[in-house]
Amino acid sequence: MAVSGLIMLGYLVAHVMGNLKVFFGPGEFNAYGHWLRTMGDPVLHYSWALWLVRIVLLAAVAAHAVSAYQLSRRDIKARPTAYVHRRRGASYATRTMRWGGIILALFIVWHILDLTTGTVHTGGFEEGKPYQNVVDTFSTWYGNVIYIVAMLAVGLHVRHGFWSAAQTLGVGSARRDRALKLIANGLALVLTVGFISVPVAVMTGVVS
Amino acid sequence: MKLNLRVWRQKNADAPGDMATYEVDGISSDMSFLEMLDTLNEELILRGEDPVAFDHDCREGICGACSLVINGDAHGPERTTTCQLHMRSFQDGDTIDVEPWRAAAFPVVKDLVVDRSAFDRIIQAGGYISAPTGSAPEAHATPVPKADADFAFEHAECIGCGACVAACPNGSAMLFTSAKINHLNVLPQGAPERETRVLDMVATMDEEGFGGCTLTGECATACPKGIPLPSIAAMNKEWLRATRKSRR
Ligand code: HEM
Ligand code: SF4
Ligand code: FES
Repeated sequence: MAVSGLIMLGYLVAHVMGNLKVFFGPGEFNAYGHWLRTMGDPVLHYSWALWLVRIVLLAAVAAHAVSAYQLSRRDIKARPTAYVHRRRGASYATRTMRWGGIILALFIVWHILDLTTGTVHTGGFEEGKPYQNVVDTFSTWYGNVIYIVAMLAVGLHVRHGFWSAAQTLGVGSARRDRALKLIANGLALVLTVGFISVPVAVMTGVVS
Repeated sequence: MKLNLRVWRQKNADAPGDMATYEVDGISSDMSFLEMLDTLNEELILRGEDPVAFDHDCREGICGACSLVINGDAHGPERTTTCQLHMRSFQDGDTIDVEPWRAAAFPVVKDLVVDRSAFDRIIQAGGYISAPTGSAPEAHATPVPKADADFAFEHAECIGCGACVAACPNGSAMLFTSAKINHLNVLPQGAPERETRVLDMVATMDEEGFGGCTLTGECATACPKGIPLPSIAAMNKEWLRATRKSRR
């Protein structure tokens, strides 16, 4: 869970930085999209590097999902009888890891069908023109809702996930606890705000 | 004080259980929670009913035998053991729910008593040191740095009550197991079994049917001895180190 999660987290940090290029206009954003495919050139063939990233990510998503499933099954089995007197325990981010993860998995499928393949895209998807595609997505109300809900879920998931990964990998300690929580919250905030800034920019006309 | 109690009653391990309602009167705020239950039991015996079975031994917060989930909190609302919880933490007329520890690895024996021998088997797997028997060794023969001694002592405080398992939504025993491992692994006396201890104890913990850790932190919140949550990270570090070493 920890290693696959950190791989995806690394990807998200790169992804949010790439997305922010949308604020520099269609030329720069589309050129960036093109560069993603010419990365590693001339050693690698066109889009090989991108495919390499995709394969690593797919493996990480699969590993994360399988271990989440196994862990959840084990955890549910270990507490077969619920308490009659229920109380609200851990933080919201902690309690929503399972549902948040499922929401994110569904979002990733939708997101790829929307902005990578264009299958569910509205407004004439054009490969190589990600700027226009992004503007089209966020010109629909449901596009905005789906993305913004998913970004909030990402923030919550990362908030508990990053700190937990540090514990699993044995990096956590009483002395480092504050710093780790600060980094977790910082990452969650930067990712959520960074990602959400794009739909908000399209809605307010800053990006069009 | 007059109280409404709702208590888990279960005849034996196989019988179905249920919450039964009792009224107890004449409770002093200076009584401990267990003395309050004693009062209830005296009444039940006089009425010819079966008294409520619950675990207890020292009644001074050091043995780890007492084990009640009170209003959904393991050991109740204060950070202490059930035997050291006093009725002044409650109000006259309160309704109090009393349930046993709930975990697949801690099956109910009767009423509020659960079988915690899974913890004993975790200890048997490595919660010891090999030392020559005989007269006590000279205390200064093995120097221990102050920081390590403090770390060991902090973890040695675990009384094995199982509140961490009871409080964890996953029924995980990570806090208990980490307390026991960290206590011995940091000391020179524990060094000969440093790797096998963590590998064997964690393996036994898994075999016993405890859940996996999702770092909810409920365990450390419930622990009457204040075993801190980062203990789990320290155990994971030991486990990773031992795994790397045993591959060599
Ligand atoms: C407002 C937020 C987001 C926007 C505007 C956005 C935009 C995009 C765009 C335009 C692409 C296609 C890039 C290209 O083909 O050149 C893409 C790909 C992708 N995004 Fe996002 N994204 C957002 C959030 C997220 C989040 C939160 C995740 C993960 C949970 C994510 C995961 C992915 C993945 C897995 C791909 C596919 C990479 C590939 O196979 O090519 N995105 N995104
Ligand atoms: S870690 Fe705390 S709650 Fe768990 S068994 Fe030890 S003393 Fe009890
Ligand atoms: S009875 Fe010994 S700790 Fe409570």
